[in-house]
Amino acid sequence: MTSFILRRAGFLLLTVLLTSLVIFTVTQFLPGDVARVILGREASDSALQALREELGLTKPPPLQYLRWLGHFLSGDWGSSYSTGQDIMPLVLERLGNSLKLAALTLLIAVPLGVFLGVIAALDEDGWIDNLIGVASLSVVGLPEFVTGIVLIQLFAFQLGWLPANSSIPPEASLGELLPALVLPAATATLVLLAYIARLTRASMVEELGKPYVRTASLKGLSWRWVVTQHVLRNALLPTITVIAISFGWLISGLIVVENVFNYPGLGRLLTFAIDRRDLPLLQAITLVAVLAFALANLAADLLYAFLNPRIKLG
Amino acid sequence: MTAVLELKGLEVAYRQGRHLLPAVRDIDLQVEPGQTYGLVGESGSGKSTLALAVMNTLPTNGLVTAGVIQVSGTDIYELDAARLRTLWRENLKLVPQNPLPSLNPSHTVGRQLAEALGFQRVSSTSTPRVHQLLARVRLGDVERVAGSYPHQLSGGMQQRVMIAMALAGTPKLLVLDEPTTNLDVTTEAAILDLVRELVREQGTAVLYVSHSLGVVSQLCDRVAVLYAGELMEDAPVGKLYHSPLHPYTRGLLDSIPQVGLDKTRASLRPIPGQIPSAALLPNGCIFAERCPIAIDICFTDRPHLEAIPAGRRVRCHRWREIAGGAVTARQQQPAPPQSPVSRERPAVLELKKLHKHFEVRRSLPEALTGVARRYVRALDGIDLTVQRGRTLGLVGESGSGKSTLSKTVIGLVAASRGEVILLDIPLARNLAERDRATLRHLQMVFQSSEEALNPYRSVGQTLRRPFQRLQGLGRAQADARVADLLRAVKLDPSYAGRRPSQLSGGERQRVAIARAFAAQPDLLLFDESVSGLDVSVQAAILNLLSDLQAQYLTAYLFISHDLSVVSYLADDIAVIYLGLLMELGPTASVLEPPYHPYTEALLTAVPPVDPFAERPVLRLQGEVPSAVDIPSGCRFHTRCTRVLGDICRTQEPPWQDDGRGHRIYCHIPLEELTALQTHLFGRRTIRDEDEDADTSRGIAND
Repeated sequence: MTSFILRRAGFLLLTVLLTSLVIFTVTQFLPGDVARVILGREASDSALQALREELGLTKPPPLQYLRWLGHFLSGDWGSSYSTGQDIMPLVLERLGNSLKLAALTLLIAVPLGVFLGVIAALDEDGWIDNLIGVASLSVVGLPEFVTGIVLIQLFAFQLGWLPANSSIPPEASLGELLPALVLPAATATLVLLAYIARLTRASMVEELGKPYVRTASLKGLSWRWVVTQHVLRNALLPTITVIAISFGWLISGLIVVENVFNYPGLGRLLTFAIDRRDLPLLQAITLVAVLAFALANLAADLLYAFLNPRIKLG
Repeated sequence: MTAVLELKGLEVAYRQGRHLLPAVRDIDLQVEPGQTYGLVGESGSGKSTLALAVMNTLPTNGLVTAGVIQVSGTDIYELDAARLRTLWRENLKLVPQNPLPSLNPSHTVGRQLAEALGFQRVSSTSTPRVHQLLARVRLGDVERVAGSYPHQLSGGMQQRVMIAMALAGTPKLLVLDEPTTNLDVTTEAAILDLVRELVREQGTAVLYVSHSLGVVSQLCDRVAVLYAGELMEDAPVGKLYHSPLHPYTRGLLDSIPQVGLDKTRASLRPIPGQIPSAALLPNGCIFAERCPIAIDICFTDRPHLEAIPAGRRVRCHRWREIAGGAVTARQQQPAPPQSPVSRERPAVLELKKLHKHFEVRRSLPEALTGVARRYVRALDGIDLTVQRGRTLGLVGESGSGKSTLSKTVIGLVAASRGEVILLDIPLARNLAERDRATLRHLQMVFQSSEEALNPYRSVGQTLRRPFQRLQGLGRAQADARVADLLRAVKLDPSYAGRRPSQLSGGERQRVAIARAFAAQPDLLLFDESVSGLDVSVQAAILNLLSDLQAQYLTAYLFISHDLSVVSYLADDIAVIYLGLLMELGPTASVLEPPYHPYTEALLTAVPPVDPFAERPVLRLQGEVPSAVDIPSGCRFHTRCTRVLGDICRTQEPPWQDDGRGHRIYCHIPLEELTALQTHLFGRRTIRDEDEDADTSRGIAND
């Protein structure tokens, strides 16, 4: 078991290192001169040159990369070109917000999606199954900004139950936080829900057709017992991986949702960094997102291996 | 006494779109208490459908469209869900084919058995009962087995677990659906022994469904033959085998290769044609198209299943003539037997000290702490020669290294040591390093023609390729050769336009054989190439292979776990165990004493197609040991029934030679082996027409 975890962790480290290299290389080729962005159009050549020296932009790229990586690892993520703030506390704070949003989303989407998928599969090709299938397809087709705006219209403007703007102060308490989280989480849930439900359904239908289900029924066990004790666990194994991966996606990929609701998460920070050509900020966000994604994957692998006796740990 | 199982006018159909396709029709059958009833049929006969209908677990698109199924007098389709569950829990049990998918992969065996015993959780009360159940199916080390997950057990052990599960409760009827398919002969024999003992102990009635007449003959009191969904014949086992009345039964019996009957003594009599599909049943007798004695009435009137004297039933217009000996229902002998080929032939393939060791992966901590590298010794020094125009049959259990050997010869796996010499030229170890001429000389026919043929290419495209690529022929020339080739494998040249999905299993295997012959190879490798086929089709393929060999003088290396098939086709037999040959010699010599003790065990495990055959029982203990820790001395000593003493455990045995090319790798002197062993197969002569005379005797005696 230990060596399995170590090996996976090793792979994770390698992945993150490689992406860091890619991120660095790509940002090198982005058009635009950072010094000019910072100092503006009117800056003199000598001032620009001085700033470049100060930022280390005149050194050869491999050295720049190593310096950047070293700083990053030692916790010195630099300061934002555009706001001058320290990057690390900023990114971590936004990461925390994104985590809260992602956690709430999963808390709603996973049980609901699995439930819908299971009852659809148990009624394969019946009317419940068809209803869930059609409903989830129609939701999956809608982009997040459409569902988001519809929800805002309905719950914020028409009914006035929830705030339309989810921007929250950093020191907000959980009680203040929750109302602001509900609508973005609901929007993200709608996207995930259909996905999880359809996946669970497919996996359940496949499991239900396997011979061991017949064996279990032929022991004279009740159908409920057969489903809950035998089928469910095997059917949910592949779903677990997907859920863990969607957690990674939720942290880094909620750009649209966070922007629609003006929610101060990592995704919104990312659009900000892109707008301002804020390279250090952009690099830090991307790397953190990759790390989150990779960790979610690792968790999925470990969970899968732990729950599946057929995978030999060693 | 009420019958344990009674089927009356049963018809089961599958819904397909808007149509109902009947899979079994008009079935009347009774299983009495304590009776073991065999139900035999080839693929497409509806035997599994019948088994599932009896269990009331048809797939969702299957339904009983007519008739009744009664278990102990109760119509099982009238029961409500709760009472059906009680019946399943207590009295009606199924042992399915393929045990592994029939067990839940994520629960331990112990937990699944406890459930069958009515426990919801594994507890201190359930455990002893589970262990008891496992002990009843003769599993040792019950604690370990109960704690294992299904995939950690061997196929034979998995099937024992399934049988144990069926013994929970008080079974009145046990339905066994091909429980030994996909198992080694040795494992199969052990499972059959177990079923026989349990039936004797418990007196449970058994419905035994199988494609193998041999297995059924060893186990059942009564046998029904199913064809395309209808019962063709039903009789006490001895009558059915010694005086079959239905031409289909006769055809089935004649197509089975039997150990001791080889191609030089008699060619098999396959049944031409194929089983009609349920959607296109003819008006007359459903077997008429393939029947050698069909007359006009057979094509117009569907015969009924007639009850005739001696407790037999038969569905044939001409059974009286057959019974009276007026006609013979035998298929035409397709070709005269092959004349034996001289042993003094040039070698086409030579294997010299061939080794293949796979390294076992070590984990990181193991590698760091310097745990020694370990190897799976799949091939451990094989010496073999295959001669021009002759067939070498290679037999052994699964795990013996058969498949590694074929892959190493063909180059899919690179040998670790030793040489593969083709026509006096040592071959490169990897397929990629071999030149085109070598590829041409060496061809292979795989087990599954379904997977081996590209589904998107027509037969013509597939067969043309070797002519164009390996022989550089133009399109028109290649097409002409394709037509010749199709005729050679007894397919119409119009088949060139078809795709593999439009062919039956036997036809696909013919195409695969044609493709192998297209390159005009000197050596053909067959790896279980006829194992998946029905006997009536397999017989035709075996005859075809023997004809083609006589015509082209191709050398065959024929690998199979099925000794009867190997002994039919092979001129020489090599027996492999744990990567090493145990015995090698001309087929006739290998099949009579002295045998290597391993060969002897393999041969006794083959079920004879004769319910009254007397056969010494000699069962191998345990499983093939792991090829990582090969036993010291003679590697077979851990399972050998004739161990001499310490010498077997400490010293490698010598190769003993009888001077006529028959060699045995054993410490026991040949004379001593001969004295210990009995002839397992009487020297058979050609199965001749005399047997038909038995038919009339069989009836007259009753």
